[in-house]
This record gives sequence, C-alpha cells and structure tokens, in this order.
Amino acid sequence: MQKFTRQQMAARVAQDIPEGSYVNLGIGLPTMVADYLPAGREIILHTENGLLGMGPAPAKGQEDWDLINAGKQAVTALPGAAFFHHADSFSMMRGGHLDICVLGAFQVSNKGDLANWHTGAADAIPAVGGAMDLAIGARKVWVMMDHVTKEGTHKLVEKCTYPLTGAACISRVYTDVAVIDITPQGFVCIELAPGIEFAEVVKLTGAPLHDGRGKKAA
Amino acid sequence: MINKIVEDVDKAVADIKDGSTVLVGGFGTAGMPFALIDAVIAQGAKDLTIVCNNAGNGDTGLAALLKAKRVRKIICSFPRQSDSWVFDGLYRAGEIELEVVPQGNLAERLRAAGAGIGAFFCPTGYGTQLAGDRETRQINGRNYVLEFPIHGDVALISALKGDRWGNLIYRKTARNFGPVMATAAKCSIVQVDEVVELGALDPEAVVTPGIFVQRIVAVGAH
Repeated sequence: MQKFTRQQMAARVAQDIPEGSYVNLGIGLPTMVADYLPAGREIILHTENGLLGMGPAPAKGQEDWDLINAGKQAVTALPGAAFFHHADSFSMMRGGHLDICVLGAFQVSNKGDLANWHTGAADAIPAVGGAMDLAIGARKVWVMMDHVTKEGTHKLVEKCTYPLTGAACISRVYTDVAVIDITPQGFVCIELAPGIEFAEVVKLTGAPLHDGRGKKAA
Repeated sequence: MINKIVEDVDKAVADIKDGSTVLVGGFGTAGMPFALIDAVIAQGAKDLTIVCNNAGNGDTGLAALLKAKRVRKIICSFPRQSDSWVFDGLYRAGEIELEVVPQGNLAERLRAAGAGIGAFFCPTGYGTQLAGDRETRQINGRNYVLEFPIHGDVALISALKGDRWGNLIYRKTARNFGPVMATAAKCSIVQVDEVVELGALDPEAVVTPGIFVQRIVAVGAH
C-alpha cells in the first residue's frame, strides 16, 4: 500500500486552493501547505494572531520576534501585508470573510463534527487557542490528517469520542490514503492515493464510506 | 494640560489593588508588557485574576508573576505550551484556577466590555463543553451561545510609541490583544518603547486613540 507522503498531502491540499483565496493554515501538518501553493496563484495567508499576507520563515538570524505566526514561529510579512488586533482577526473568521481554513484533527465524524483540541484525559491541561473559532469560522473548513492513528484506530468515525471542537463544520478531509468529502450522505471518497484500493480505505474508515470517484464533487 | 505620561513603571502600577482583574496583553512573548509585570511583582498586589491569551512563557513576564504566587485565577485560551512549566506546576498542584476561553471569544468578550455591550450571541463553541450551560439560541438557522463581556480593573499593555494624550501605535504582530484590552479596562497602563511629541504620530495611523489609555510610561526598546 503506497500512502501519500506528508509532502504529497500538502501539495494535494494546495492544488484545491483557488486563486485569490484568503486562507488560514492551522498549526502542525497544515502549515506545510504554504510551501506547495501553486506558482502563479495569488493566495493570501491569514494568521490569527494578527497578520494577512504572511510570508515564509525568515533566514536564520533574521527572526523578528514581534513578527510571528499562531504557532509562535518567526515569519515574514509580504508586500501588501496588514497587521490588525485580535478582535478584527477573529471577525475575519467568524464573519465569514476567510475562504478556507485547513486544520489537523484527532477525529472527524461523518456529520462533519471535529475533535482536535482536547483528548479529555484526566491529567491533560485543556488549551483551545483559536481552534473553535477557526472550526466554525471559515467558509470552508478542511481537515488534513492521517487516516488512522499510529495504533491503527479509526479517526474518521460515526461519532467523535473526544470532546468536540465544532459541530458539523468540516466539508472535506485529506488523509494519507484518500480525499473524502462530507456530504448529507456521510463520507464520500473522491480520490485515492495511487496504488490504494477502495476496499482498503473502507476498512480504515470507522463509518460507511461511499465511492464518489469519477463523479465531479463540489 | 493633559499628560498621561508617568515617569517610571513603579509609579504606573502603584495603586493596583489585591483581588484586581488585570488584562495582560501579548501573544506568547510578542507584546508581553514585561516591564509593567516586573513592576507589579515588586509592588506586591496579590489574589489577582489575570486575563491573557497564554499562561506565561519561560520564567519571565507573566510566568514570573505566577511563580510569585500573586495570581488566583487565569482566564486564557491557550495555557499549555512547551515553555509553560510555571503554570503547569501550579495547575497540577491545584494552586491556580483556570478558565479556558476560545481565543476569538476572549477577544470579542473584551471588545464587548470596551464597547458597552451587555452580552452577545456567538457561534464559536456551540455544542462543545466550553459552551458550558450558557443560554443558546438559533438565529436564522444558525446556533449561537450567549457570551458575556470581560471587564478589567487594569490593563497592562506594550506598544511601540505613544504620546502624552495616550495615542498609541504598535509593532507588527505584537499588537495582538493591546487595542481591545485598552478599551476594556478602567485603567489602561501602557509601556512604550518611546514617548513622542504630541503630533508626531500620524492621526491616520493611530491604532489606539488616547481616550482608551490612562497612563503611559517609556521603557526603551526591548
């Protein structure tokens, strides 16, 4: 079984981001998407700590610690960038101005529920940051994650067992084996990684998986 | 003559009372008002409720205030970080109360306080445990949770430049919570790298108008 590499996953997500989009890339795996945005497309990256027009990391030694992303890594501001305060920044999400947000996840249900902020473990210190605002805020919220956990447990499920970040908020999931839309019918597979059989993905998915390949999805 | 300039950080924070709610600017260390927090530690106010995006980084700034056992409760969005060991220790020992609030709700609840809003319906967190048992309502087919403002007795903010009327500009993403916190506190105290002459800040570019600022103190570039 030939899974998508991290790089291929990032490139696959990037391919679906249209010219002119305002996009927020979540902390972790989604951050990699920035490195694969197709050349020639003008796409504006938002970071919720207060910057539109975020550019790549600066050269080593050139970091400015007043210029960081939501993961508190040093970044740069592209020509045309804008700084703003937090209430404005979250208005951009909640107000439906941001086109796309890509998030990591622990679990996604076939109703589009997202769990990505808290394992619910008794000794865990809860920390949510902007996850709940992002989950319900952008016009389209996509998830990018491994199809199953390292232990092989389902992450695409009927019902999230971890505490929810947002209800019915996810429209598409990009995994290391497939691209899956969430529709009123539930999970619909629209693409497989090369060399993966649909039957294998069905086994890896904790809820019914419909085959939507070849049918043009939205 | 209006002159909000205070000569040093100790005078700027001298009257902060025990039990105050203190809004602390900053996202991680960007925009963290280090000099003002050090002055609060020296001043001795205790039993504080702190409102800040994070719960301190490393051993300086807010982390130092926590370490000095001055904080009863912290309201924040993201306490747990790789360098939040001071908070983590206090929390696990049951020595500090934590209220986790989604980051955008934190900002909007502060904005509501500053704007005189009594409460507002917000979609963030609906159907999650952070909505608690607060009232919910469906409006035009969408579900919302009732959220209440967060008022501060004091705000501690870091900005780049200010004048004697309290007009402020910030630096890059260090702006973060500064402008909303300045509106939400009875007394907003601002440390700036540099105090400039009245008129030196372009009125078109002022980010926080001086009406929201009560005290301003120059601390030099960090």
